[in-house]
Amino acid sequence: MTHPDINSGHMDSQTGKLGMWIFLFTELFLFGGLFLVYAVFRATYSEDFHKAARELNAFIGTLNTIFLLVSSMTVAMSLTAIQKKQKNLAIFLVLSTLFLAALFMLNKYFEWSHKFHFKLYPGSEVLKNLARGELLFFGLYYMMTGLHALHVLVGMILLSVNLVKIRSGWITSKNYLLLENSALYWHLVDLIWIFLFPLLYLIT
Amino acid sequence: MMDHEEVHVSSYASLAKVLVALLILTTISVSATGWHLGAITAAVALVIASIKVGTVITYFMHMKFESLFLKLLVTGVFFIFALVIIITFIDYLLR
Repeated sequence: MTHPDINSGHMDSQTGKLGMWIFLFTELFLFGGLFLVYAVFRATYSEDFHKAARELNAFIGTLNTIFLLVSSMTVAMSLTAIQKKQKNLAIFLVLSTLFLAALFMLNKYFEWSHKFHFKLYPGSEVLKNLARGELLFFGLYYMMTGLHALHVLVGMILLSVNLVKIRSGWITSKNYLLLENSALYWHLVDLIWIFLFPLLYLIT
Repeated sequence: MMDHEEVHVSSYASLAKVLVALLILTTISVSATGWHLGAITAAVALVIASIKVGTVITYFMHMKFESLFLKLLVTGVFFIFALVIIITFIDYLLR
């Protein structure tokens, strides 16, 4: 075996990616706790959860699933483009990802506004007078989708930083760890939504 | 030995195929709500979601082409994650 050069880009990239994965594990357990709370309350108040979940619009949920899945592909493709030295294509693909993320947030905005219109928001009189299980469902719905939306926003900021750094030539076919790790983060946002979507919107 | 390894570059076509597979799984998942499966509805939805998550990790997150160390680490942590959720939930159900 040759002596690995600790200053080589390859070693940097391996350790950098390992660090990112360890961070992603903490994110996984953060949402895992909420999934568990959801599962327990769903088992306790299954009738109420059934009733409350029907308030959610499965069409909006499906649309947002598609936006996130496509954006996951475009961000993965942007990495391929950088590795193949296709800088303009990489910029276009990161922009597409940001565009899809914005569509997701816009959809979420309309979805939440619609519920707020019917006074279904945390702490409202309408919500307080609902059955205990329904109150818990909406509490978890806002907490889980809200925390997820916060992750989408952080992902958008990260991707914007990448956009600037690709344009300026800081991210290149030899130095793309930042884009690689940001893409991993973006995929995690997608992974969490893949579980949230059936739990909240489909299983009614 | 390892440090001159070729970096695997995912092709655009393969990434597009993965997306098609994910969209098909989403369609199945959405239409499954109309099949009136009763008690196993949740299980079906979660199994499909798990397949989707596995696909995203393998191809989009490039796990298929990572080192054995990272593969074992990720598999191990997801296994522990599943155990934590399942065992805690069973503990609750059997109380």
